[in-house]
Amino acid sequence: MSAKPKLSVGPILYYWDRDKIFDFYREIAQSAADIVYLGETVCAKRTLIRLEEWFEIADTLAAAGKEVVLSSMALLEADSELKRLKRICENDRYWVEANDMGAVNLMQGRPFVSGHSVNVYNERTLKLLAQKGMRRWVLPVELSHETLAAMQAQRPEGVETEVFAYGRLPLAYSARCFTARAHNLPKDDCQYRCLDYPDGLTLSAQDDTRFLALNGIQTQSAQTFNLLPELDRLVELKVDVLRISPQSNRTLQIIDIFNRAINGELDAAEGAAQLSRWMPVGPCDGYWFGDAGMIEHARNRIAG
Amino acid sequence: MMELVCPAGNLPSLKAAVDNGANAVYLGFKDDTNARHFAGLNFDKAKMTQGIDYARQRGVRVFLALNTYPQPANWSRWQFAVDQAADLGVDAMIAADLGVLDYAAERHPNLPLHLSVQGSATNYEALSFYRENFGIRRAVLPRVLSLPQVKHVVENSPVEIEIFGFGSLCVMVEGRCILSSYATGRSPNTFGACSPASHVEWRETPQGLETRLGGVLIERAGQGESAGYPTLCKGRFQVGANTYHAIEEPTSLNTLELLPQLIEAGVVAIKIEGRQRSPVYVKQVTQVWRQAIDACIRNPDGYQTRADWMSQLDKVSEGSQTTLGAYSRPWQ
Repeated sequence: MSAKPKLSVGPILYYWDRDKIFDFYREIAQSAADIVYLGETVCAKRTLIRLEEWFEIADTLAAAGKEVVLSSMALLEADSELKRLKRICENDRYWVEANDMGAVNLMQGRPFVSGHSVNVYNERTLKLLAQKGMRRWVLPVELSHETLAAMQAQRPEGVETEVFAYGRLPLAYSARCFTARAHNLPKDDCQYRCLDYPDGLTLSAQDDTRFLALNGIQTQSAQTFNLLPELDRLVELKVDVLRISPQSNRTLQIIDIFNRAINGELDAAEGAAQLSRWMPVGPCDGYWFGDAGMIEHARNRIAG
Repeated sequence: MMELVCPAGNLPSLKAAVDNGANAVYLGFKDDTNARHFAGLNFDKAKMTQGIDYARQRGVRVFLALNTYPQPANWSRWQFAVDQAADLGVDAMIAADLGVLDYAAERHPNLPLHLSVQGSATNYEALSFYRENFGIRRAVLPRVLSLPQVKHVVENSPVEIEIFGFGSLCVMVEGRCILSSYATGRSPNTFGACSPASHVEWRETPQGLETRLGGVLIERAGQGESAGYPTLCKGRFQVGANTYHAIEEPTSLNTLELLPQLIEAGVVAIKIEGRQRSPVYVKQVTQVWRQAIDACIRNPDGYQTRADWMSQLDKVSEGSQTTLGAYSRPWQ
């Protein structure tokens, strides 16, 4: 039998209030997750948790037996953001998830994870980053299982593969804040409106089809990407880590469902049916099958 | 020195750019190895040779865009394209993918490399990586930085900086936007096109003319409104109780009035977007920018944009309106 994939909890992509974040990680410490990615990756203005406090949360989780990775910002603009990045990269306790080539540059020669916003689209890129110290890479979310299979076949030794397996998909980053824009506010006076949308702000087409989710400067899918029905294939492809991207409610139960399915205690399809009830809008998985990302393949296949 | 880099989607456009004052033109092969993979556009090897000769004889440099992201199944096409670029002796190859840059630097060490805007490098640490590992000479910055931020990058950059000055506006960091593939399965990274025409539908309905992309309703034009091309991020959507351009209006970038500040900041080249546009567009935009750059270099303190320049550029702009984009903080 193939090795069971580990479970990771991705960085919180939204802006939650302090108490909610501390409560969340107290629960995560008790969960079945093996790896926890920590830190603000979307907007430099989200500073309710200071960097020192992120380190404290990291220490608590590490003491509870979790592998902790510090995630960097995906879009670096101001010099203050680079300075903060340097502090993260200089830490000597935890690996860093580089979400930008600037972070990759700072981590050269030391172990790091390349996040899904670093464009690793082919084996030559994978090999190059492995030479620079990359120990794990996260498959960019628009790539299919076929591309993953080809990459896995030529994966350099000592490199783990992680797949974004559950959550609203990060699709784009901008200088502009779309949440502030939705409130007719300039970015410099955003009034921290993201705090009101712990799962992002859903955007619909004019015919009411729910399509995207606005999360500050990040745009996400309205639909929640879910690969639980593909668990057998993920195992077959020797994926080492499955990432669950936190949502405002029931992340613990979601981890539990993935964990039970991995341990053969729960049928993946049954688990997926349960998960779909907790999604803000509904599921999608098109990218995994090489289709438009918003398509839901799992259900179509069953229905078809 | 401020180099004017103009788009060439085909030979007539290349000639229009060269004849009207471009210092350099950029172009691509007829396939998905570049980010303007549109039907009827771009160059085969013979046409490219002709184009390069035409430009060279008139002292204009030629850059080849090879700026999409190959996957294992199609890697060989990119490898072949890099070899062709080296054979043709272009003045620079503009690339984004780490694997492509690595291959080019190793196999063709004499081929000058520029980092494409699709490489998403917004800070000097990222630029240092590309400089150190592939010896890039220049980078094109994503259209997300404010003017002071551009200046700060230039001050600390190990390579020359080129920025976009005019044309269609990407609101998102280039190379990291997959909205298009979310709706259609095809993105600039994977296919070389955003909001591809193959997935566009136009429908007359009682509510007005609807334009869809991958089946998603992007715009509904009422009576008296004109319906533009359904570029995903320029559509009208509903958020809460409001229906509006939730991401960006159909508008073009125009930084003509920032020219003195860009020169002062140390930007070495201005790029004009629009390989998919007509030779007439290329001619008009190149003419205006040539005059503006010359005027600005002659007399930076007395530089003012002329009304006839602005109206000429407005005429060829998307939605007939222009913006300073992210260079101006209030836009953000």
